[in-house]
Parts: sequence; structure tokens; C-alpha cells
Amino acid sequence: MIPSLLGISLVLFTVLAMAPGDPFEELATNPAVPPEVRAALRAKFGLDDPVWTRYLHWLAAMLQGDWGFSFVSRMDVDKLILQRLPVTLIVIGSSQIIAILVALPVGVLAATRPYSLFDQIANTLAFVGFSLPTFFTGLLFILVFSIQLDWLPFVYRANIDATGWQFYWEHIKQSIMPVMVLGLFQGASLVRFVRSSVLDVIKLDYVTTARSKGIGERKVITKHVVRNALIPVVTLVALQLPIVFGGAIVTEQIFRVPGIGSLLISSMLSNDTPVVMAVTFVIACLVVFFNLLADIIYGWLDPRISYR
Amino acid sequence: MAEPLLDIRGLKTWFKTDDGMVRAVDGVSLSIDRGETLGVVGESGCGKTVTARSVLKLIDMPPGRFEAGEILWQGRDLIPLDESEMNKIRAREIAIIFQEPMTSLNPVYTVGDQIAEVIELHQKLSRKQAMVGAAEMLKLVNIPNPERRVNDYPHQFSGGMRQRVMIAMALSCQPKLLIADEPTTALDVTIQAQILELMQEMKERFGMAIMLITHAMGVVAETTQRVVVMYAGKVVEEAPVEALFGDPRHPYTQGLIRSIPRVDRSAGRQARLESIPGTVPSLLNPPPGCRFAARCRYVMPACTQAIPPLKEVAPGHKVACIL
Amino acid sequence: MAGSTPASLTADAPASAVAQPRKSRPTSPWQEAWRRFRRHRLAVASGVVLLLLVATVALGPFIWPVAINDIDFAAKLQGPSWAHPLGTDDLGQDLLARLIYGGRISLAVGLAAMVVAVVVGVVVGALAGMSAGWVDAALMWLTDLFLALPLLPLLLLLMYLFRDHFKRLFGVEGGAFILIVVVIGGLRWMQVARLVRAQFLSLREKEFVEAARALGASKLRLVVGHILPNALGPVIVAGTIDVAAAIIAESTLSFLGLGFPSDIPTWGSVLRDAKDYLDIAPHWALFPGAAIFLAVITINFMGDGLRDALDPRRVL
Repeated sequence: MIPSLLGISLVLFTVLAMAPGDPFEELATNPAVPPEVRAALRAKFGLDDPVWTRYLHWLAAMLQGDWGFSFVSRMDVDKLILQRLPVTLIVIGSSQIIAILVALPVGVLAATRPYSLFDQIANTLAFVGFSLPTFFTGLLFILVFSIQLDWLPFVYRANIDATGWQFYWEHIKQSIMPVMVLGLFQGASLVRFVRSSVLDVIKLDYVTTARSKGIGERKVITKHVVRNALIPVVTLVALQLPIVFGGAIVTEQIFRVPGIGSLLISSMLSNDTPVVMAVTFVIACLVVFFNLLADIIYGWLDPRISYR
Repeated sequence: MAEPLLDIRGLKTWFKTDDGMVRAVDGVSLSIDRGETLGVVGESGCGKTVTARSVLKLIDMPPGRFEAGEILWQGRDLIPLDESEMNKIRAREIAIIFQEPMTSLNPVYTVGDQIAEVIELHQKLSRKQAMVGAAEMLKLVNIPNPERRVNDYPHQFSGGMRQRVMIAMALSCQPKLLIADEPTTALDVTIQAQILELMQEMKERFGMAIMLITHAMGVVAETTQRVVVMYAGKVVEEAPVEALFGDPRHPYTQGLIRSIPRVDRSAGRQARLESIPGTVPSLLNPPPGCRFAARCRYVMPACTQAIPPLKEVAPGHKVACIL
Repeated sequence: MAGSTPASLTADAPASAVAQPRKSRPTSPWQEAWRRFRRHRLAVASGVVLLLLVATVALGPFIWPVAINDIDFAAKLQGPSWAHPLGTDDLGQDLLARLIYGGRISLAVGLAAMVVAVVVGVVVGALAGMSAGWVDAALMWLTDLFLALPLLPLLLLLMYLFRDHFKRLFGVEGGAFILIVVVIGGLRWMQVARLVRAQFLSLREKEFVEAARALGASKLRLVVGHILPNALGPVIVAGTIDVAAAIIAESTLSFLGLGFPSDIPTWGSVLRDAKDYLDIAPHWALFPGAAIFLAVITINFMGDGLRDALDPRRVL
């Protein structure tokens, strides 16, 4: 995990180092930032030092929790990120849960009745699901549910003055659409994968053995097949996480959810470099972390793997 | 004479494919009595495995179907039974073990789990009791340290041991019939002998009948009482084992016996390994007449005209040949 | 013993056989593949639709010679009509013309990015597969690293940093095009590299390669003539998916404001302008979105059909 993180940080840093122009020239036009501060910043980021030292300095600073200062938002970058991170995690988390809850039964059912009407419909819907770009689905949802039907609000408000049930209900109402957009997209590709994984497992010898024990087809599927079919699915969910983050960035933009995705975009559009770097780094760390988690779960699910 | 335990009459199991109907089992009749070991021999692809799996209806029914015939288990036809009825028979009355021990056990559950599953279901015991039963079964099949190994996973056992586990699992509910589909083909020769010995032991202990499917004539000679020889989806000869080896009537059987490698004959008379020339005919479009005609050294024009029926030429000895 | 089911659902019927009968006439692997592909009605239909789409986009300006930036405030935000079959935007510009123009760019980006990804992937995979040893290990480490990188954030980052630079070098349209193609292609080559490397590893030791080598074939000839053609199947499938992914990536970038700017009407950038007018002019957003959807889904169906046609053993 550490090598991956280092590798990612190296890539990020190299990219930024190769970027033409001075990342701080924007600040030159900002009257609130006097030239001495700019010079200090340059020194701090060691922009005049060789790339080596710059990288090490930056890495050291990152590891110590010193992530710099955002001039646009006027607060420390780490505070800013911590403020926005939970929302993103909640949205991504709930969407993944929904995706799995939908994809697992549909995929298993489709695989046990291959080429049936159910299977064909499920498969076509899955194709539709992952061929629709998330931003389009988001817009469609807004069109239907907010504009036409006026059921759900489409602007996310972080502060809702309401208490108790009302508070939670309002939060849920405004989260439904972004969560569903992400969840359905992910669910669509998962359905196909679950289906093919189950189809793979169902022809294996030990499934015939299970049937020969007289335990009934339903139990054969739920106990013997699914458990084995889940293993590659877990890997896929982890591998798809980078894509999910991408989707989250888009949905946060459309629904104006105050998470780190929209933070990334807004900081890019306003040239707030420290924030851009920090957010990209955080997202990369999260992806690596989730990959590690997937490895652990895989080891837990498959007794043939002994986790070092 | 007592009613046979298993009586297969005229079974035809066919498979629908893109290229047509594959007649894997095309009119097979055989029977097994209580406590008897029947050997079923033949080349790969002759329909032995399909026959075995048909008994427990483990064939995928969309491509496969029972075109004709009856499978009488203690007088009751299994073919019209639905799944829930079949499940009462599987493992409890008829059990089956397969050829590939390496892949026949579920890798994510312990062997104890997998054996206990059967016990729990058919003997209506609690989980705990079933696990105890599982350990006992492991002991029975001579797996050392059964109480500890009951919690091990299949990948922690060798091939021979896994086959023992399969046997333990199959016998855990004391079925009346054990179908063994090439149980030793995938194992080393020394392990083969052990497994066959184990099966014999179990048979004596529980008084079960065994349907032993194999293509190794040597195994058949040693362990079975009666033998059925299959070729291209049909039975060509059926006889008590001594009669089969002493007086094989069907040219195919003769060829099979001749092709057993003999280490006791020195170079000279029997220096070359004999084999039967030619290949198995297509099961998609079987030739009219006797299916062995193309490879038979005694073939005559009449052979290709009609399928010779199974005739009794001596007590208990039937042959499907016009000779 | 059980019958086998082909992976993809878009095939019509399962093929299963217990005994493999001999074919009545010999067919080349490509003909076989074509035969299998034809069985997928959806894939074939998608191919037709895709061809129509490409034709519309290519020939469109000749059939519908309306300018893409004819500003006409009198006609702004109108729904579909005879004069403007897809309606107009807030500047009165004709949407059909804009979408046709933008379609060329979007599809070209998709294709070009795929080419970049495939070329880089083949080179890296071939190098890794042929060399073994530390070269292979290093290249594989690099591949794994790239695979772990989150795609969109990195895309955004690269666009953010280099867009102005490229604009200055190659002009607005050219600069954006090149940058987007290079960036998207540069982040999608890993899958192809792995496939090619796997092919190399499995074929390197095979007899026909030994035979060719014995006949004096040079290494390059071996690679190009013998090994690569065998890797072609899975690479084609991966390439097809890459096109769809690239189209989505480009439209996402443009939608977020970091791709093509507003005056270049790629499907994504039109959507970006349209999103604020959802309540009064939904057609403005629906048509480009539908166009992206149509292109992507037809490519995906075709990819599915190709996968079964070229590689029937693999499931996914």
C-alpha cells in the first residue's frame, strides 16, 4: 500500500511540476496577497529548488498534516477537506450499497434463468444503465423528479433548519437523487458481472455435487453458488472505485452537493492550486485504501488465500 | 427372484444441440440387485456417465431430456418425479461420487460443513450433532485426526484424501446404492487401490450395492460381480464377471480385454499393445445397424442393416451381436 | 456434463454439445467469428445504427447546410420545428447543425483516444511480454500504478494544468483535441497492455513460434506476424470498449467545463450550456444527451457481440 501511495504522489507531483507556468501567478493578480507572501509561498513550496527537494518537502508537509492554505476559501486546506469529505463518503457509500443490493439478486436470478424473459430484460436494462453517462441521468432525474413532478429538491442545502424527523427526512429527500444516479450506474455494470460470475460457478463440479446431496436447488444457489461467485465481484467493486469517484464528482456538480468532488472542480475553476493538489491526493489515498480493503475481504471470503 | 434395487429399462437420454440431437444414451437397460457390485465399462463418450447421472436426474434438462425409458428404483419410476421428491432420494437412498476429487468439493466450506450438511438434512439432526457425525464419517474412511480435520478446507487435503471425503459424504446417510463414476481415474495407482479397498469395506459394512463406472478392465475384474459393457450409447454385453473375462462374446468386449496391458507376457508372442482400430461413431447421427460394425473384425453385411438385440446366450449372459 | 451458455445475453440461443460433431465444411476463424457475431441480433442492429450515426455526422453538413453559430435571438429556445428539427439554444443557434458538428468531434475523439490507448498498450505489452526479467517487472509495476490512478480526477487535473499551454501551441480546437485525446488514451492503455502481454507469455513458448524461429524469422517478424495476430481478438474487444469510454470521458470533461469550450459544440459542452435551462428548454439537454447515449450503447452492444464472436470461452 505504501509503495502505491508513494507512486501516486510521485505521479501527481511530477504532473504538477511539469505544468507550465507558475501555479501561483494567479495570486499575483490577487490584491489580498502581498508580494512578500507570494515569495514566502514560493520558498515554502521550494519552487526555485530542484524537483527532488520540492517533492520531498511537499511529501513531508503532507505527511505532517500541513496541507497548505486555500486563498479562495480562506481556510486551511485540511480543515476544508475534512469539512467536505463526510458528505462524499456518505453519498458514495450509500450508492454502493444500493448498487449491490440491486445487482446481487437480479444478477443471480438472471443467471439461474439464462435467456429467459427476465434475463433479457435485466441485461438490456443493465446496458442502458451503464451507457447513460451519469451527468445525463442526473439531468434527467432533475427534469422528471424536480421540475415535472416537484417531488424532490435538486439543490442540496447543507444547513436545513428543521429538527428531529423533519431534519432527517429533508436530508434523505435531497440525497435520494445523487445516490440513485450513482447507485444505478454502478448497479448496472455489477448486474452483468454478477450474472457472468454466477454462470461461471454454476457449471463447476462442486455444484453438481451439492445437487446430488438432495439439498434443493434454491439452497444450492444461495449457499454454494453465491458465496463463490461473490469473490470476483468483490474485486470488481474495488477496481471500479476510481470510476465511482469520477461519477461522484459529476453528481456533486449537478446536484451541488458540498463534497470533495465539487470542491475539486471549483478549486480548479478558480485556480486554487493547493486545494487541487490536496484533494487529488486524498482521492488517490482513498482509492488505494479501498483496494486494500477489497484484498482483505477477498482473503476473508476465500479460504484458499492466506493473508500474510 | 427378488425385485432388483435399480432397474433401468430402455433409457434414452438425448441432448438438443445446435447441430442436432445427440443420443448420448440410446436405449440402455441394466439392473442392480441389493448388495451387488455392477461394473459399467466402456470408452470415453459411450454414455456411462450420462447413464449414472440420469439415475439421480443430475442432467441439465434444457439441453438434455429423457426421450424414453424408465428408471425403476425399488419398483418406482424416478423419471416423472419432481425435484422435491428426487431430493428425498438423493444422498439418502442413492449417492454418487465423481471422477475429479480436486474440483468436486466446494472450496469455501470446511469438509465438516459439507458432510454435516447432508446429515443435517436427511437425518434431521442438529448442527452440532451433524458435525459429530461428520467427524465419525471421516474416521470411518481412515482419515487421520478426524476431529481436527473436520474443520479443514478441501484445499488442505490431497487428491486421494479428498476422494475419501467424497466417499464419507456420500455414505453419511447409508444409502442403498452408491454410484461411483470413475472414482479412481484421476488418482495415482497406489491410491487407487486404497480407495477401491475402502469402497469394498464400506460396502460390506453397510450392505450397499455399488454401480462402478470405469474404463479400466483390471479394476472391473477385481471388484465387481457383474459387468455391463457399453458402446456408443447402448449396452453390448452383460455378464457375471467370470463369464465376461472367461468367455467374452461381443467383439468389442474381446477387444477391450485383449487391450489390457499384460506385464507377465514377455517379448515374443504378445509384444505389441493391442488396440481397437477406428473411433467411436458420432452420437449425433448414429449409423443404422450395429454401432460397432465399422471397427469389428467379424463384420458382415447383416451387421449394418439392423441393430442386433440383446440376447441371452447363457444364464445371466446377454450379448447384442449376431454371432 | 451440463451444457454451456455463452457469456453474453445478446446471443440468441445457447449452444451446447455433449459430443462435438465434425463440421460439414471447414471455415476460417474469421468466418466463424462473423457467424457467431451475426447471431447477436442486438449487436448487429447496433452496428447498423452506429453506421447511420456516423454517416449522419459525416455527411450531415451537406444534407443540412445550416451554420452552427448563426445567432438569431428571435428564434431562441424554441422546441423542435420544421425550421429547426432539434430546436434552438439560448442564442437561437440551430441544435441539429451544432450536434452534427459536435458529433464529428466527439466521435473523432473517441476513435483517436482508442488508437492512442491501443498503440501504447500494444507496445508496452509486447515489450513486457518479450523481455521478461526486470523490464517486464518494471513495466508491470507501471501498469499497476496507472490502473490504481483514479481516472476522472487525474483527467481533470491534467486538463486544468495543460489546457492553456496546448491552446497556445495548437489553437483552441486543435489544442483541446490533442490534449484530450492524449490524456484519455494515456489513461486507458493498461488493459490492452495486459492482454497483449498475456498473449505473449502464453504463445512465446508454443511450438509454432519455435518453428518460425528455427526458420530464421527475426524477432520483429515473430512479433508482428505470429504473436500479435493471435492477440487481435481480445484487443479489438478492449478497443471497442475504449471508444465508448473515451466518448463518455470527453463529454464528461466538457460538461464539467474542463474539456472543449462552449463555442465548440461537442455533445458534452452543449449539455453544459443546456443544464441551466432544463425547466424552460428541456429539448436542449435531451438531444445531446440522447446522442451520447445512442453512440455509447450501440458501441457497447457491438462490443458485447464482438466479445462472444472473437473469444467465446471467456466470460466477460
